[in-house]
Amino acid sequence: MQVKIPELSLVLLIGTSGAGKSTFAKKHFKSTEIVSSDICRGIVSDDENSLNANKDAFELLDFIIRKRLKNGLLTVVDATNVQKSARRNLIALAREFHCLPVAIVLNTPPKIAKERNKLRSDRAEMGNHVIRQQHSQLKDAFRSLKREGFRRIYRFDSVEEIEAVTGIEREKLYNNKKEEHGPFDIIGDIHGCFDELLELLEKMDYVVERIATDNTNFGFKVSHPENRQVIFLGDLVDRGPNSPDVLRLAMSMLNDGVAICVPGNHDLKLQKKLSGKNVSLQHGLAETMEQLEKETDEFKEIVREFLYSLISHYVLDDGKLVVAHAGIREEMQGRGSGVVRSFCLYGETTGEIDEFGLPVRYDWASEYRGYAKVVYGHTPVPEAEWFNRTIDIDTGCVFGGKLTALRYPEEILVSVPAHKVYCEPAKPLIKEGMETSLSNQQVYDDLLNIEDVIGKRIVQTRLRNNITIKEENSIAALEVMSRFAINPKWLIYLPPTMSPCETSELPDYLEHPKEAIDYYRNKGIAQIVCEEKHMGSRAVVIVCKDEETVAEKFGIVNEGIGVCYTRTGRNFFNDANLEQRFLETVRDELTKGNFWEKFETSWVCLDTELMPWSAKAQSLLKDQYASVGAAASNALPAVVRALEQTQARGIGGVEAYVEKFANKQASIGQYIKAYQQYCWEVKDLSDFRLAPFHILATEGAVHSDKTHQWHIENIGAICEASSQLFYATPYKIVDCADDASVEAVIQWWLELTEKGGEGMVIKPMDFVAYGKRGLLQPAIKCRGKEYLRIIYGPEYDTPEHLKRLKKRGLLRKRSLALREFALGIEGLERFVGKQPLRRTHESVFGVLALESEAVDPRL
Amino acid sequence: MLLEITTTHQPTSDLGYLLHKHPDKFQSFDLSHGQVHVFYPELTEEKVKFCLLLDIDPIELVKGGRNLSGKGFALGHYVNDRIYVASSFMSVGISKTLSSALNGRCKDRPELLGVKMPFEVKISVLPAPIGGAILIQKLFEPLGYKVQLERHILDAKFESWGESKYYTLYLKNELTLQELLTHLYVLIPVLDNDKHYYVGKNEIDKLVARGGDWLQEHPERKQIAERYLFNLKSLSRQALERLIEKDGNETAEAGIVETHEEMVKRKTLHQKRLYKVVEKLLETNAESVLDLGCGEGKLLRLLLKQKQFKKITGMDVSFSELKKAKDKLYYDDMAPKQKERIQLFQGSLLYSDTRLLGYDAAAIVEVIEHLDENRLKSFERVIFEIARPKSVVITTPNGEYNALFPNLKEGAMRHSDHRFEWTRKEFQDWATAIAQKNNYTVSFEPIGEEDEQYGAPSQMGVFSYAS
Repeated sequence: MQVKIPELSLVLLIGTSGAGKSTFAKKHFKSTEIVSSDICRGIVSDDENSLNANKDAFELLDFIIRKRLKNGLLTVVDATNVQKSARRNLIALAREFHCLPVAIVLNTPPKIAKERNKLRSDRAEMGNHVIRQQHSQLKDAFRSLKREGFRRIYRFDSVEEIEAVTGIEREKLYNNKKEEHGPFDIIGDIHGCFDELLELLEKMDYVVERIATDNTNFGFKVSHPENRQVIFLGDLVDRGPNSPDVLRLAMSMLNDGVAICVPGNHDLKLQKKLSGKNVSLQHGLAETMEQLEKETDEFKEIVREFLYSLISHYVLDDGKLVVAHAGIREEMQGRGSGVVRSFCLYGETTGEIDEFGLPVRYDWASEYRGYAKVVYGHTPVPEAEWFNRTIDIDTGCVFGGKLTALRYPEEILVSVPAHKVYCEPAKPLIKEGMETSLSNQQVYDDLLNIEDVIGKRIVQTRLRNNITIKEENSIAALEVMSRFAINPKWLIYLPPTMSPCETSELPDYLEHPKEAIDYYRNKGIAQIVCEEKHMGSRAVVIVCKDEETVAEKFGIVNEGIGVCYTRTGRNFFNDANLEQRFLETVRDELTKGNFWEKFETSWVCLDTELMPWSAKAQSLLKDQYASVGAAASNALPAVVRALEQTQARGIGGVEAYVEKFANKQASIGQYIKAYQQYCWEVKDLSDFRLAPFHILATEGAVHSDKTHQWHIENIGAICEASSQLFYATPYKIVDCADDASVEAVIQWWLELTEKGGEGMVIKPMDFVAYGKRGLLQPAIKCRGKEYLRIIYGPEYDTPEHLKRLKKRGLLRKRSLALREFALGIEGLERFVGKQPLRRTHESVFGVLALESEAVDPRL
Repeated sequence: MLLEITTTHQPTSDLGYLLHKHPDKFQSFDLSHGQVHVFYPELTEEKVKFCLLLDIDPIELVKGGRNLSGKGFALGHYVNDRIYVASSFMSVGISKTLSSALNGRCKDRPELLGVKMPFEVKISVLPAPIGGAILIQKLFEPLGYKVQLERHILDAKFESWGESKYYTLYLKNELTLQELLTHLYVLIPVLDNDKHYYVGKNEIDKLVARGGDWLQEHPERKQIAERYLFNLKSLSRQALERLIEKDGNETAEAGIVETHEEMVKRKTLHQKRLYKVVEKLLETNAESVLDLGCGEGKLLRLLLKQKQFKKITGMDVSFSELKKAKDKLYYDDMAPKQKERIQLFQGSLLYSDTRLLGYDAAAIVEVIEHLDENRLKSFERVIFEIARPKSVVITTPNGEYNALFPNLKEGAMRHSDHRFEWTRKEFQDWATAIAQKNNYTVSFEPIGEEDEQYGAPSQMGVFSYAS
């Protein structure tokens, strides 16, 4: 015979010692699904039969069961379970995790059980009284099992019956519709607003035909040219003008397979009323009953059955989407219990009553961290808006608001306004906390939660799958983020580190463009873009058209029209006024270039180099670069003089050192010249130069799908319109297969760097480029000979030094660059996709954490 | 990188004997990261000049990526001044090449050891910390040197960048060669903030051995010990104690430089502040206390001494500070009963954190001024809306009092990481507003001696939840 159990259940095997429970379990379940009290006793005491170990053993058993149920795994408890108290604990566990308890009783005759135990050396000592006692407890159990709350009970009274079990069939839970992928149109609380429902369906291109009524059809035939499916979020009835027709339409669609429906609290109440239960006729039920009076009893019975059959919630689209009338917590999704059902129907309330006499609802969504998007209704809101991957689309049609549908997976909201106020709401339909212009999500996002950043973390990115952030790196990032970073709402992106090219094989060079070009050429990239590398400071610039845009898009008030921050998320400018004047200039220049219209946006995030270097790096220059220059240029002449004097005295062995230190002196001169090139005095705003190289994101778009040519050309257009702040980056597009084109760009690099330029950044034509083995470096830098003095030291290019410096490894740097690139883009995508701040923050935090990994900083 | 020692003592050949270095040879010795060369550029009947030249290998120096420049700028240790200045490498060079002379040995001409000679010394170049010129004078003049300094500017092209921290130092004195070398051996590293090697315990021995006689009498001996040992407090205390032992007579710490006085003052103020905070926490009858921004755990140690506090939690955003706190509390070796009372973890005052729930009181001592003002909103919510302890004690500097710090420029702050230093009114306005919003009452108290016009150096707000 086949035993059927729900796919997510807690199965209790019940039987005396020696009844054959373990054998049964092994035969019908996976070994990992079985939690055995004997084994637990063994683990904690090395003796499977030790009664002294019972307490520890059952604690362990309990712990394992908890972990399994939490993770949604069917679990079989292999213990005698003959005592009511033992079963009570396990049933409570099943309830706690919203799983269904199932009992399988193996009522093997005591005689056989005793014989079996005798054959086992470890149980030979077990007295007969033990089994006798267990058997009498088992007999008691027969009477009480049903009342104890088991969803299914199977009982086998002989060895033959037990052996006759051929298999265990796992039944899918009713709420599991993971294999349905839509596309769906999810419609919020209708409350009898039939006309608006029809309009909404038509607006979404559904064709509603009236046909003759039969057993499955109630007068409607609904279809969609693209075979879309409707999901009703419940509360079809009450309060509104035409609940019967809404029911007819919904039932027709369900029977036709073009709709799915979850019940609302009003639907349940109607069902109770129709079942003859004593229900108060408040909250619109009276109207519904009145409207139903004209209907036949048969119809009412069909309605009752229909409402009774509704399942509390559904898990759809591979677990990516969950629908429930009043929402659902993550740990309840896909589970079944009375608690889950009532949560889905009524939501969570605190038990308090507010000033309008309505129950105070607990905001479960504010704590929601689940993977699935949850679409729900129940609580009327003026506008549907995403909040922590959940969205309430009950926009109070019956109260004079509108009827809203969410199109999935497009996530577009469609709504039609209510024809009138059918019912006065107890509480006015206004936004909570109207004084702020921010959305609920933005208000909630004012404060991030530490649990979302600390410890070891795994961040899913679309470019490169999972990226692991080690705990020690989160630790470092938390400090930097807390002490120095700007308001996290601004921080939607941090730039990745950039690897240099492979070390040059040419004798005089540490870096040379050939290796950079070869990298892409060998990975099969046909075209590359070579951009001049500016020696300033990396700056991310976010600028909005106005402060209203800042509030609307970034949820920030009173912090100006944008921000300019460094690659570690700090304010670029120490002076907030100067920063705002700078940003206003950027905005005005963009306005002049018709940027806003061209990109249909009110904000932009630019990846840039801000010059001069000395503006941001003043203290670095003074404490480090100029200091080294000052020390060396004052020490070396005295050294050379002393050596020359010694040589003049005719002392042997000095010549080599005279030359060595004279060379050092010359190198220092070149070194000072090198850093001086990147410095100029900054008196006011007009002394700054801003060279953008990526238009990272604008409203609704991350521009990582464009080519670098697109980026640089569009930026060029802005620069043309700009009077002086913007600086266009010179670039060359190189066809990797064309040797002349390659040679020309190398020549260009030589010219640039001889004039003191920092060097060149080489990028594949596509912003995101893949080779055979995955994502390619988004950019590779190739720095000039002179510039490298300020990185590797003034005399790095003396042959003996260069020889040693050439032994450098790039693997770590490159791996880091890829991971940071993936995280950076992820942050932007999440921001543009209007995900909660913690999701964007997670990516940005990840970049910062990775930056704390130890890598040779000269690379 | 270059030490030049000139003397007109005659016969000039005596110097060679004392140095144990042949005047007609150019000699090189290996150091761990390079070489040191010794040679004589001048040798006449009247005058002899000896040179010690450091030839540090810049590539070897930075191998393994040891950070020489301190925190902040990782590249700093690849492009650094170490190879061009007289630093502790110079002392290594002296002891490596001139150990006989340094230790007062002269095999061939022992009678020369006690002879005082007129020496002129030139060091190119010497780095010195802020206030360098005064410090250099204070170090050398008590020992009888005539000091002349030439300070170098940072960059001739950018005059606005101002002066560098480098000097060429000229010294004149009449003393024995051993005295001269010992002084240089100890005092050159004293001026150097960036030591190239880890300060170990045996450095105290070195210091006492080298400086033994003259250092005890040196008015700056405390500063010398402190700086020499890289401000490693515990080590320098040991060194001082041993010096004083030798001295046999502990004198009042006279002649200590101003900065030291200020430091003492600052420490006393902080101590006062902590006692006051403990007092306030005791008054609230709190049993569980949070020390938010506990740093290296000074307050935690005071709290542990009070039986009233049964649960003490220290949180800091800096993991290295927490490590220090654990060391100083001997956390790992704490008795179980003691350990039960205290816990430490990393956290941030800008993220909501359930670990902070359920405490009677929280102390937030000298912390808020390290947060950007526009982030304070998050801080308020984390503490007053979410963690919501029954009592909260917050202290912060009183910016008005800065007028009484002579070395503080107008508008400057006491610590480079301070984002603001509020006046009493600013602090009280802020505190009153958040108290009102979050159902707390707040009262204020000064910390430290009060000035009639400017108030006390620090201020405190004590919040109580109005249940």
